[in-house]
Amino acid sequence: MKKTFNWPAVYLAFVFVILYAPIFYLMVYSFNSGGTMYGFESFTWDYYIEVFQDTRLLIIVLNTVIIALLSSLISTVIGVFGALAITYVKRQRNKNTLLSLNNVLIVSPDVIIGASLLILFTFIGIRLGFTSVLLAHIAFSVPIVVIMVLPKLQEMSPTLIDAARDLGASRLDVLTKVILPYITPGIFAGFFMALTYSLDDFAVTFFVTGNGFTTLSVEIYSLARQGISLQINALSTLIFLVTLVLVMGYYFISKKSGAGLGMGVPK
Amino acid sequence: METKSRNLFLIPYAFWILLFVIAPVMLVVFFSFRGLDGGFTLENWTHFFTSTYFQLTLSSFWYAFLITFFALIISYPTALILTKTKHKQLWLLLIIVPSWINILLKVYAFLGIFGTYGPVNALLNTMGISSQQILFTDFSFVFVSVYIFIPFMILPIFNALDKLNPTLVDASRDLGASSWETFRQVIFPLTARGVKAGCQLVFIPALSLFMITRLIAGNQVITLGTAIEQHFLVTQDWGMGSTIAVFLIAVMAVIMFLTGDRKRGLANEKNV
Repeated sequence: MKKTFNWPAVYLAFVFVILYAPIFYLMVYSFNSGGTMYGFESFTWDYYIEVFQDTRLLIIVLNTVIIALLSSLISTVIGVFGALAITYVKRQRNKNTLLSLNNVLIVSPDVIIGASLLILFTFIGIRLGFTSVLLAHIAFSVPIVVIMVLPKLQEMSPTLIDAARDLGASRLDVLTKVILPYITPGIFAGFFMALTYSLDDFAVTFFVTGNGFTTLSVEIYSLARQGISLQINALSTLIFLVTLVLVMGYYFISKKSGAGLGMGVPK
Repeated sequence: METKSRNLFLIPYAFWILLFVIAPVMLVVFFSFRGLDGGFTLENWTHFFTSTYFQLTLSSFWYAFLITFFALIISYPTALILTKTKHKQLWLLLIIVPSWINILLKVYAFLGIFGTYGPVNALLNTMGISSQQILFTDFSFVFVSVYIFIPFMILPIFNALDKLNPTLVDASRDLGASSWETFRQVIFPLTARGVKAGCQLVFIPALSLFMITRLIAGNQVITLGTAIEQHFLVTQDWGMGSTIAVFLIAVMAVIMFLTGDRKRGLANEKNV
């Protein structure tokens, strides 16, 4: 028994070490006064202070959060409408067409979404910047919301709606007092998922961001291309903490809604 | 009456589909037939199938294959062991957490780890090997990519293994099959769907992610994704970039057709 247990445990421990080592490596060196990612000299908070004093960086963080909140709010509204539309379409063939169109942006690699949206925005004359980034984030968040809301709508018993109608509720009442309350957990899960996708996105934003406007991922990329700067390490420690809070929040919501835990798929 | 409200729901959503799904795809196809002067041309496509781009495509596929292969080799045993642990959902969550951290930051960490004075070279030095150039090689590219993709490979395989009826394994053992035979004839075939989903989740991004190549591999490795980025944002040759993008879309469609529908992969993923 002991012999059969040992090797798997060692292997699993090895995988976990590999998975977490780079992340902790980053975090540990964010406290290195030596300014490099090797040869730890002594402990310092300098880079955190630098991060919090860097107004440009703080504005970028603010931009990122505003884009994420706005885009996930708008895409949640559109996505809920989309899920309702897909549910109410009667013919199976139309339903499948809508679903496939919905999934196009979920399965497409980011480079392709970014490149095609860049063409689109230039073609219809939208200036690259805040608007184009916001529109792009809405574009790829809508199908995610639809996917999260749809199962809730499908599991809802149609007798609930019939009962409400029999009792004299108008169609609007049915929507606001029966359907929406029922699918609320799915809506929250969708909103949260859209939020994490938006916060995490790099490639699509990179294509449509233009010169004046930057989000955090794009800024990290341009910093990292110039080489090592421990400000990135400090930033990533902070991001890691925020991510943990978000993951726990999302886990809590999805446990309540039963929608399950997904993860950001790199596309 | 019902038709009316149904149509109302459809309006914003249909608008989204038209503007952000159908229009961009058509524009990319349109641009792939557009020359630098703006006229219709097949030049992009003939150019694409000449030697340089053909070689680029082949090497991109080769790297994506290597990355998928190593990710699978590491992930399958991990998933198998995970399903046998006591608090498997908790362990699985711990596997997923790193995948929530921005890929850029994880890639950036390797700039330090693989650097000239980084821990890997320090380890080599203590073993009596002189420092090596690890960054900006194809090895570092494959290693970092595998590292990034492991959680995405583990998840669908774990789900498939978790759904596997354990009595089937018991039956196979009772009937005299060795554990290797049981694995080969029972466990692996029954979880093939998870493996396919995992390979899909890894192979397509491995073809198209450009930040890993840019940050880690320097100019040593150029993937299809890097080439698209290059054409759109550096050389501004949108026609050629669109051609590669259309090619990538076609490849994606073929892969999805071959490995079953991707929706199942997503459904698996959501059931954690």
